[in-house]
Amino acid sequence: MTPRTWGRDLALGARFAATGGRSGILRTLLTAAGVGFGVALLLLASSLPSMLFQREVREAARAADASHEVADPRPDTFLHYTQYSSYRGTGLSGLLLKPEGPKAPVPPGTTRMPAEGEMFVSPALADLLASPDGALLRERLPYKAVGTIGEAGLIGPNELRYVAHAGFLTPDSYDGRAERYGWSVPEEPTNSFLLLLVVIAYVVLLLPVLVFIATAARFGGEQRDRRLAALRLVGADNATTRRIAAGESLAGALLGLVFGAGLFLVARQFAGTVEIWDVNAFPSDVVPETVLALLVLAVVPVASVAVTLLALRGVAIEPLGVVRAATPRRRRLWWRLLILAAGAALLVSAVGGVRIDETEIDALPIGAGTVLVLIGLTGLLPWLVEAAVKRLRGGPVSWQLAVRRLQLSSGTAARAVSGIVVAAAGAVALQMLFQAMEQDFTSSTGHDTTRAQLQTSLDARDGGEARRAIARLSAVLGVTGAIGTVDAYVHRAGPLKPGEEFAPIAQLSVGDCASLREYAELPSCADGDVFVVLPPKGATDAPDAGRVGETARPGARVALRDPQKHEAAVPLWRIPEDARTVTSRRDPAGLLRYGVFATPKSIDASRLDDPNAVVLVRLDPAVADAPELVRNAALAIDPTATVNGLSDTEQSSRFLSVRTGILVGSTLTMLLVAASLLVATLEQLRDRKRLLSSLVAFGTRRTTLCCSVLWQTAVPIAVGLALAVAGGLGLGSVLLAMTGQQVRDWWVFLPVVGVGAGLIAAVTLLSLPLLWRLMRADGLRTE
Amino acid sequence: MTLLQARGLTKAYGPTPALSGADFALRAGEVVAVMGPSGSGKSTLLHCLAGIVRPDAGTLTYDGRDLTALSDTARSALRRTDFGFVFQFGQLVPELTCAENVALPLRLNGEKRKAAEARAVEWLARLEVDGTAGKRPGEISGGQGQRVAVARALVTAPRVIFADEPTGALDSLNGERVMRLLTEASRDTGAAVVLVTHEARVAAWSDREVVVRDGAVRDPERIA
Amino acid sequence: MPSGQLYKVRIHAVYSDAMSIGHTLLGLLESGPRHGYDLKRAFDERFGHDRPLHYGQVYSTMSRLLKNGLVVVDGIEPGGGPERKRYAITDAGITDVAQWLATPEKPEPYLQSTLYTKVVLALLTGRAAAELLDTQRAEHLRLMRELTRRKRDGDLADQLICDHALFHLEADLRWLELTAARLDALAAEVRR
Repeated sequence: MTPRTWGRDLALGARFAATGGRSGILRTLLTAAGVGFGVALLLLASSLPSMLFQREVREAARAADASHEVADPRPDTFLHYTQYSSYRGTGLSGLLLKPEGPKAPVPPGTTRMPAEGEMFVSPALADLLASPDGALLRERLPYKAVGTIGEAGLIGPNELRYVAHAGFLTPDSYDGRAERYGWSVPEEPTNSFLLLLVVIAYVVLLLPVLVFIATAARFGGEQRDRRLAALRLVGADNATTRRIAAGESLAGALLGLVFGAGLFLVARQFAGTVEIWDVNAFPSDVVPETVLALLVLAVVPVASVAVTLLALRGVAIEPLGVVRAATPRRRRLWWRLLILAAGAALLVSAVGGVRIDETEIDALPIGAGTVLVLIGLTGLLPWLVEAAVKRLRGGPVSWQLAVRRLQLSSGTAARAVSGIVVAAAGAVALQMLFQAMEQDFTSSTGHDTTRAQLQTSLDARDGGEARRAIARLSAVLGVTGAIGTVDAYVHRAGPLKPGEEFAPIAQLSVGDCASLREYAELPSCADGDVFVVLPPKGATDAPDAGRVGETARPGARVALRDPQKHEAAVPLWRIPEDARTVTSRRDPAGLLRYGVFATPKSIDASRLDDPNAVVLVRLDPAVADAPELVRNAALAIDPTATVNGLSDTEQSSRFLSVRTGILVGSTLTMLLVAASLLVATLEQLRDRKRLLSSLVAFGTRRTTLCCSVLWQTAVPIAVGLALAVAGGLGLGSVLLAMTGQQVRDWWVFLPVVGVGAGLIAAVTLLSLPLLWRLMRADGLRTE
Repeated sequence: MTLLQARGLTKAYGPTPALSGADFALRAGEVVAVMGPSGSGKSTLLHCLAGIVRPDAGTLTYDGRDLTALSDTARSALRRTDFGFVFQFGQLVPELTCAENVALPLRLNGEKRKAAEARAVEWLARLEVDGTAGKRPGEISGGQGQRVAVARALVTAPRVIFADEPTGALDSLNGERVMRLLTEASRDTGAAVVLVTHEARVAAWSDREVVVRDGAVRDPERIA
Repeated sequence: MPSGQLYKVRIHAVYSDAMSIGHTLLGLLESGPRHGYDLKRAFDERFGHDRPLHYGQVYSTMSRLLKNGLVVVDGIEPGGGPERKRYAITDAGITDVAQWLATPEKPEPYLQSTLYTKVVLALLTGRAAAELLDTQRAEHLRLMRELTRRKRDGDLADQLICDHALFHLEADLRWLELTAARLDALAAEVRR
C-alpha cells in the first residue's frame, strides 16, 4: 500500500464527493459546513492568546518609556501622567502630557502634540462625548477634542481613551519625565488561568468537531453504501473502497477548512464590535497562534480520514451491498473507565499546582487530562445509552417504537449525541470555573460596600486644602456620608542610625472621630485626642507592631518632612505622651492603616507636608450617576485625583459576560451536534418512507409517530446530558481544586440542560415537516 | 350487501392523472382482484378506496358513510378498526418483534400490551408462522414476513382487507401459501378483500376481477 | 359455461395428446406384469381425470408395443379378449421408457394459432379485437379460478397438475396482455 495508491483512492473519493449527485453534494456541503464552523471556532480560540498578547504589546508601545530616568528637562522631553477612570461602568484611560520643549515626540496614534487644553480622543470616546450619554463625561474632561487617536494609540477599537495636553503637570505631580514612547515589550502571553482556559476551550471545541466529522462520515449512508458496493462489484478491494470512502469525507473536510478559514476571516472583522471581559481587539490582532493553526489544518483532514476508516470498521462492504455487523459488538466498560480514570488521575495530580497569578502553567498534564476525561465521557456514552435503553420497557406505542429502535441501534444515536456530551461537560466545567472566579474576586477584594462605595484620593498642597476638598466631596449630590482624612507621612526625628539609608516613617492621619473610627478600634474619642495605631496581631498584610513603633510611639518626636530631602528647617511634632495605643481596623476597602491618628484640634494640619486627602464616600443608590458626580468633583479639585469604586458590581458583570460567552459557545457547538442529529433523523425517516406510509395506512395516529421521533431524540440526549452534567461537575471540581478554589454553586449546569432540552425540541420540530410529508400515501406507490 | 362503493373517482398527482373515473363496488366477504398493467392506477384506486388518499372527485361510500367527507382523523380511526392492510414489502417495523408488529394495530386501538400480544401470537399460529413471534423481521424469510403482515392485517378482525401486490416480492410457492392463508383466513372471518395484483395466478384466488386501464375501471358487475 | 367447458376439454386434450399413452402404459408395467383392464384402471386413476381411456385404445397401443418387442404376453385369463391378457415389460421396453423420460418435450405454442387467427380475422373484418381479448382473458381467469379452487381442495398430485395448467394459462394471459397492448401496431400491420 504505497502513498500513491492512497493518494489515488482518496482523490477518487473526493471526486465522488463532488459528483455524487444531489444527495452526494448535499452530504459534502453538510460536512463542509459542520467542519467549517468547527474550524472557525478553533481558529478564533487559537487567536485568543495572540489577541491578548497584542493588546499588551499595544499598551506597552504607547506608554511613555519610564525604563530610565530623565533627570532634567530638555527640548525633547515631556511630562506624562496616565489617568485611569471609569464612566458608568466602562473603563476609561487618558494620557496627560506636557511637552517640555518643541522636540517632544508626538504621542502614538496622533498626528501632533496637542496644544495646551487640547486633546485627541479615541473614536469610541468621540462618539460617547458627542452623545447625550456623555454629558457628565464632557464636564470631567476640560479639554477640547481636536482629533482622533489612530490604531497605533489604542489597544482595541472600542477603547475609551484620550491624549491631552495638561498644562498643570509639574515635575512634582508627574508619573515621570520621558523622552520617548515604547515601554519594554512583554515576551509571553500572560496568566496561567487564561492559558488553562484556552487549553480547555480548545479541547472542548475540538472534540465536538471530531465527533461531528465522525457523524458526518455517515451522512447519506445508504446512497454511499450503494456506491461503495458498486465499486466492489467492479473489482475494488475492500481496503481501496474504504480509502475511497475516506476520500469522500476528506473532500468535505478540506472544503470545510476553506469554509472555516473564510468564516474566521469574516468573524475577525467583528472582533472590534464584540467585547468580552472588557476585551475587544483590532481585526489585525486576531491572528491564530501558528502552532495551533497548523494543528487545526493538520488535525481536521487527518481526523476525517481516520474517523471514516474507524466508522467503517464494523461494516463489511460487499459487491452486492453493505452489511453492517448484525449483532453489534458488545460494548465493554473497562477501557472507557480506564480513559476516564487516567484523565482524572492526570488532573488530580495537578491539583494545587496552578496559581491564578502565575504565568507559567503546566499545560500538558492539564490539557491531556481534560482531553482524556472528555474522551472518556464520550466513550462512556454509547455504553451508558445501551445500558439505559436495555432496561426500558412498556409504555405507549410511540415509546415502544422509539425504545426498540434505540435498543437495536443505540450506537448511531449515541455517536451523534456524544458531541453534546463534550460540549456540555466542557461548558459546565468552564461555568463552574468562572463562577468560582467571579465570587472569588468579589470576596477577595475585601471591600465592604455597606460602609462606603467609592474611595477618592487627592493631592493637596497643605492640610487646609485637603480639608476643603473633603468638605466639597461630602457636599456632592448623591453622597450620603464621607469618611475623610488628611494623610501624610511622618519621619523619625534625629540622625540616621548606623545601617539605615533613610529614617523610618509612619503614616499620620488627621480626621474627625467618626472618620478615624473607620480605621481603628477607638474605645473613646474626643477632638484633641491622638492615637498610636498598631496593626492587629497576625495580620499578614502589615508589618509587625515593633516596626511601626519605631516612629509611632507616645511621646516620640517626629519630623513632618523627609529630613533627607529637606535639610533645612524640618518642622517637628511631638506625639503626646497620653496618646493611646489602639488596634487598627480594616477600612471599607479592606485595608489596614496604622501609624498615628490625630484629631483636628491636636495638630495644625496646615503644617503637614504634601498631604493627601483620602475620602471614602457612601452613595445614595437612588442617584444613579452619583459615582460620576463624585469623580467629576474630585477631578475638578485635583486633575490627578484617583477615584476607585469599591463596589464589586463591575467585576461581576465582566464575569457574567464571559459566562454568557461560554454558554453561547457551547450552545453553538451543541447546535452543530443537533444539526447532525437532525440530519441523521431525517435520513432515517427518508429510509423508512414505505414503513411510515404503511403505518399510516393502517391508522397510526400522527401524534404517535411524532412522539416516537421525540422519544428517539430525547432519550439519548437526556442520557448524554446527564452524563455531561455529572462529568462536567466532576471535571469542574477538579479544575477548581487545581486552582485552589471551592465549588460555589452546583447549579451552574441548569442553563446547559435548558439548551439541551431546547435542542431536543428543535430536532423534533424540524423533523416534523418531513415526517408529515412522508406520512402521505406517496410512500406506498411502487409504480 | 354492498360494503364499499365508488363512483367516478378521479385522482391526479400533480399533472399526472392516476385515476380518471373509476367505478367500483365491493360486497361483504367477497374477494375482488384489481388487475391491470403497471402504472394503470391500481394502487391509487386502492389508496382511495381505503381512505388513505382523498380522491379529487367522485363519491365513495363505506357502509353507508361518505368516506370523502370524513376528516383525516376519522378516516385514520376507520382504517384502524375496519380495514386491514398488506403491502408488497417494507411494512413491518424492523425493530419490533413479529408478535409486537402484529399487536401494533391492537395497541393503536388502545388494547393492553399483554392482551394484544397474546392475540397476536394466536394469529401468527393461524398463519403458520408461530415460530416467528419473538424474532425481528430481519431474521425471518420474505414469505414468513408476508404472513406476519397478513396476521397483522387480520388481527383487528377488519371488514375489508386491502392487499397491494402481497406476493409481489415472493417466489411462486411462498406467494401461493400467502394467498391461500389470506383468502382462507378472510373467508373464515368474513372479511372482504381488495387484492391489487398484476399476476393472473394471484388474481385467480379472487371471486371476481376488475381491470384498471389508464385510470378507468371496467367493473362488469358494477352496481347500477 | 359452454366456452369454458370447451377450453377445458381442449386444453386437456392437448396435454393428453402431448403425453404418449404408449410410454405411460409401459411405465405402469415397470412395477410388474398387469392385465389389460388393470392397466386401464391404473392409467385412469392416475392420469385419466376427465377422459378415461377406451379399451380399444389400450388394445391398439398394447399390440403396437407387442409388435415392437417392448412388451410380452405373460399369460391369458380364461374368457378371452385383449383385456384378459397379462402383459410384462421387456428390457427393450424399459430402455424405451428411460429414453422417453430423458427426452425434453418440445415447447408448443398452444394458443397462438387459434387466437392469432381470431384476432387477425377480427382486425381484418373491423370487429373489436380488444373486446375479443378481454373476453378471452375473463375466460382464462374463470378457468384459472376453477383450477385454483380444485388445487386448494385437492391433494399434492392435483396441485401439481393444476399448477402446470395455471402456469400455461398465465403464460397465455401474458400473451393476451401483450397482444392487447400491441393491437394498434398489429392493426396497422394487418391492414397494410
